[in-house]
Amino acid sequence: MQNIKKFIFDELVIHKHILSTVVLIFCFSCKPKLNIQTIEGKRLNIDTTLVEDTSVENFIKPYRIHIEKDLDSALAYALDTYHKNDGVLNSTIGNLMADIIMKEGNPIFQKRAKKSIDAVILNHGGIRAEIPKGIVNARTAFNVMPFENEIVVVGLKGNQIKKAVDYLIKGRRAHPISGMEIVVDSDYKLIYAKINDEPIDNGKVYYVATSDYLYNNGDNMSFYQPNESVHVLDYKIRNVLIDYFKKVDTINPVKDQRFVIKQY
Amino acid sequence: MKRRDFINRMAIGSASVTLGGLGLQSFKTPDQSTKITILHTNDVHSHIDPFGPDEGRNANKGGVARRAALINSIRKENKNTLLLDAGDIFQGTPYFNYYGGELEFKLMSMLKYDLATIGNHDFDNGINGLYAQLPHAEFDFVSANYDFSNTDLNTHVKPYKVFTKSGIKIGVFGLGIELKGLVDKKLYKETKYLDPVEISTDMVRLLKEEEHCDLVICLSHLGYNYSRNPKKVSDLKLAEATKDIDLIIGGHTHTFLPKPTIVKNKEGKNTLVNQVGCYGLYLGQIDFYFDIDKNSSSNATTIIV
Repeated sequence: MQNIKKFIFDELVIHKHILSTVVLIFCFSCKPKLNIQTIEGKRLNIDTTLVEDTSVENFIKPYRIHIEKDLDSALAYALDTYHKNDGVLNSTIGNLMADIIMKEGNPIFQKRAKKSIDAVILNHGGIRAEIPKGIVNARTAFNVMPFENEIVVVGLKGNQIKKAVDYLIKGRRAHPISGMEIVVDSDYKLIYAKINDEPIDNGKVYYVATSDYLYNNGDNMSFYQPNESVHVLDYKIRNVLIDYFKKVDTINPVKDQRFVIKQY
Repeated sequence: MKRRDFINRMAIGSASVTLGGLGLQSFKTPDQSTKITILHTNDVHSHIDPFGPDEGRNANKGGVARRAALINSIRKENKNTLLLDAGDIFQGTPYFNYYGGELEFKLMSMLKYDLATIGNHDFDNGINGLYAQLPHAEFDFVSANYDFSNTDLNTHVKPYKVFTKSGIKIGVFGLGIELKGLVDKKLYKETKYLDPVEISTDMVRLLKEEEHCDLVICLSHLGYNYSRNPKKVSDLKLAEATKDIDLIIGGHTHTFLPKPTIVKNKEGKNTLVNQVGCYGLYLGQIDFYFDIDKNSSSNATTIIV
């Protein structure tokens, strides 16, 4: 490097047309300028016309077999088919899900917060599949709850609970609830709403279990804000379902009086 | 400028060029035209198996083993091929729930992916969950607008990577979507989101002026376009607001583009934006044909889409 530098330095001093010489060297040595002449874009289908790469397929196989075995192993038995539209304002599967969250979530919440869950409010749209009659397995739980949502318990004053009741009545849908009782007339006017068999007290703080999705205004459930406290249980709703299925032999949820239109 | 300074500068310049002369011999002159093939996927979301025959509009589509076969045949045809992914590799099938992304990364390594960027769902097992799977990835991740310096990913994710294929330099930088409001903070932790347009301007300058790239590609998980939220930055907006980006490969919005969109950039030049929907149903292919500029007047580019 030093020699080259010195050599060129000498050259420069000696030469009369120094500049042109250097420029000439520079241009010759330069990487040729590249131009993009043509750009061609297309979309290729990944479908049955392609023959699978066997080494890739063989690599996947043991993983697939393990998952399928695990997903398909029987955990419980459903006596009937349960779906979210089998009732007007409460459904079999909705009642089941809300009750499971109450039942499985409460011991964790009681241990951590030294308080009890008063109510559960989920959303009708969050139930993504039915529970078909027959064997219930982890795949059932994945189908019903494919999302990664987890339980959060929100401390809400009675006046916020009343907003929740308004939301549920306005929705006229079987949003899953537990621990609450809501009765409306045929015009969907509230007759009464209760938590723990008692009227809702504006000043009291109630602990409502829901999903992190709904807590963050999912399905426009704005009544979770403002709140008194939020407790994340680090427990995914799908795992709550799986753990419950493991504990019981049969699944047989029913429609009941928790959210109904009063019949005269 | 003082004369001596001037001479020294020229001398250094010439010296490096003379040394570069050695490089020139190894620099394979492109054939009549050298073709660079860019293959890309986005939002595969753990879809490893093909969809079954009863799965609606996706029925019988997708599948990593089929994608592998297609990629192999294209690579056989053109060794100057890069395979890129625009993020959201994770989440969507039990493969992710059971193995946390291990299989996704191992398969992408088998398919010889060259580079990927990070999507919002790649944080679904937390930044630590992503970090834990990195040993299974034999390819790099790029993200220029996520500042990971206070996280486990620090130094593991670079802003950009430069590839050289038959003497053609290809610079690829990554961009991610704003995580606040989209991903729980406890998952992305201290990851800082930086403005994509500002960062891209810096990246392009660096890739063009310092790295001397012939082709600049942005691997983006910003999303194609937000018609209901026109202020939100997207691939189309980024293309309009910048210069010297040849191709933006996008993701996030699961937009099925039958062909790349041509956007006029800040200088009125063409930038291509492409995205191939989701779940590995399609593979995008963009071929760039390079010519040595013998006649500097003919630098018009023909785009066939």
